Amino acid sequence: MTESPAPETSQPMVRFERVTKRYGSLVVLDELDLDIARNEKVAIIGPSGSGKTTVLRMLMTLEKIDGGVIHVDGEPLTHMERNGQLVRANESHLRRMRGKIGMVFQHFNLFPHMTSLGNCIEAPMRVLGLSRREAEDRARELLEMVGLRDKMGHYPSQMSGGQQQRVAIARALAMRPKVMLFDEVTSALDPELVGEVLNVIRRLGEEHDLTMLMVTHQMGFAREFADRVCFFYEGKIAEQGAPAELLGNPKEERTRQFLSAVLEAS
Amino acid sequence: MRALVVCGIVCFAAGLAVAGLPGLRDFLPQLLAGAVVTIEITIGGCAVAVAAALVAAMAKMYGPAPLRWLAVAYIELFRGTSALVQLFWLFYVLPHFGVLLEPMTVGIVALGLNVGAYGAEVVRGAVNAVPRGQWEATVALNMTRAQALRRVILPQAFVAMIPPWGNLFIELLKATALVSLITISDLAFRAQQLNQITFETVKIFTIVLLIYLAISSVITVGMRALEERAARGIGRGRA
Ligand SMILES: Nc1ncnc2c1ncn2[C@@H]1O[C@H](COP(=O)(O)OP(=O)(O)OP(=O)(O)O)[C@@H](O)[C@H]1O
Ligand SMILES: [Mg+2]
Repeated sequence: MTESPAPETSQPMVRFERVTKRYGSLVVLDELDLDIARNEKVAIIGPSGSGKTTVLRMLMTLEKIDGGVIHVDGEPLTHMERNGQLVRANESHLRRMRGKIGMVFQHFNLFPHMTSLGNCIEAPMRVLGLSRREAEDRARELLEMVGLRDKMGHYPSQMSGGQQQRVAIARALAMRPKVMLFDEVTSALDPELVGEVLNVIRRLGEEHDLTMLMVTHQMGFAREFADRVCFFYEGKIAEQGAPAELLGNPKEERTRQFLSAVLEAS
Repeated sequence: MRALVVCGIVCFAAGLAVAGLPGLRDFLPQLLAGAVVTIEITIGGCAVAVAAALVAAMAKMYGPAPLRWLAVAYIELFRGTSALVQLFWLFYVLPHFGVLLEPMTVGIVALGLNVGAYGAEVVRGAVNAVPRGQWEATVALNMTRAQALRRVILPQAFVAMIPPWGNLFIELLKATALVSLITISDLAFRAQQLNQITFETVKIFTIVLLIYLAISSVITVGMRALEERAARGIGRGRA
């Protein structure tokens, strides 16, 4: 379903303004403009190397920005205003902004020396200052939501990929972010485990006020779940629109080629 | 477990040697007193080495420029000069600057700092070997770098550090023989002293050899056990 156009007064949750990212001479993002509304679910698709992961990593402040500005929740992400000028943000500004964003990685990146409960309470206790009790209550609720009530004391090495990824989702949610980033979170999973992770994401979208950006190769999921699909090509958005439209009736030749290649592969 | 067997054999052999060599009881107490000193210096030196290595590695990797330089200077200085000269320097040169230290303190600090310089590189290597994704997860969870290091990175690096630290501890044990040159009556010193009096060269130095071997076996076994425990703690080896 598509959302009605937002009223002009409401700011987008995320705004990329002519954002450029380079690695040496390789331009990975080329003056990218992208607005994402509050609670909007955006799927990012595109060929390998088109800059999809880079978009998420820049939002998570894992990569430095080479040009342009990213705004989150109305504030510049890696810059701050001082005397009417935008200067590079200091650590405390960065940490405040990072608090609004959560990320789930392709390879889970769980802490292997902590149980799933331990993974979920670590940052809430140390970063948000929650007591152990509060953090555990919150973590239990979330682990239950992702269907891992009976795995709280398990270490990552004792769980399947699908279970680990669900712990990773619970861990990110425990920080109560406003924006959630998902980078091909089912790509490292065996096919039979993909469904359980996508179901969790689906429920998240339905039950929580969350702005969600997901890089995915699951076209079926993108079609049913996303409000909008962005097709990336060589560091730019080559085409975007409602899922049914973009996936069913793409206007650009490059989009068509990509989609038929994906179809063939699956 | 193989180390445990080795250790047992060593002790058995040592016992045999003691029992089989008449007159040995006369100088064994002296040697054991020396061994105690050697063990004290080894333990103290290892503690200093671990502390120095952690501080130097963290400063070199994450410290502000001046601290980083200091850490690099320390590591290069202590790796690039001989332990004996370092020992002499602390013992004979520092007093010229008004710093007078007990010989035992000098022995522990000098050997600890020497081995710590190598240990710093061990720490650095193990920290760098922790997958980048772990760091990225801590950023995504909004942890500070100090929190990330203490809670996530170092505990994982710890397991990888244990075997090389075992080697360094044994290096330190062997280097303790040098302290006999700054008036400390360690095992090597006592051996030489006894040898000069009794001329029982073969017996004395065989016993000394066995005592050193026994101590290093204890280190090996201890580190092996520590490694197993740490690997379990990290969730590996459970599956
Ligand atoms: N640290 C880096 N150093 C150099 N080049 C990099 C680095 N990270 C990414 N790149 C390059 O940037 C480009 C975009 O990478 P990105 O990971 O965003 O692609 P992607 O669209 O996510 O691709 P995929 O579908 O394969 O994950 C690629 O050409 C990649 O090789
Ligand atoms: Mg990618």
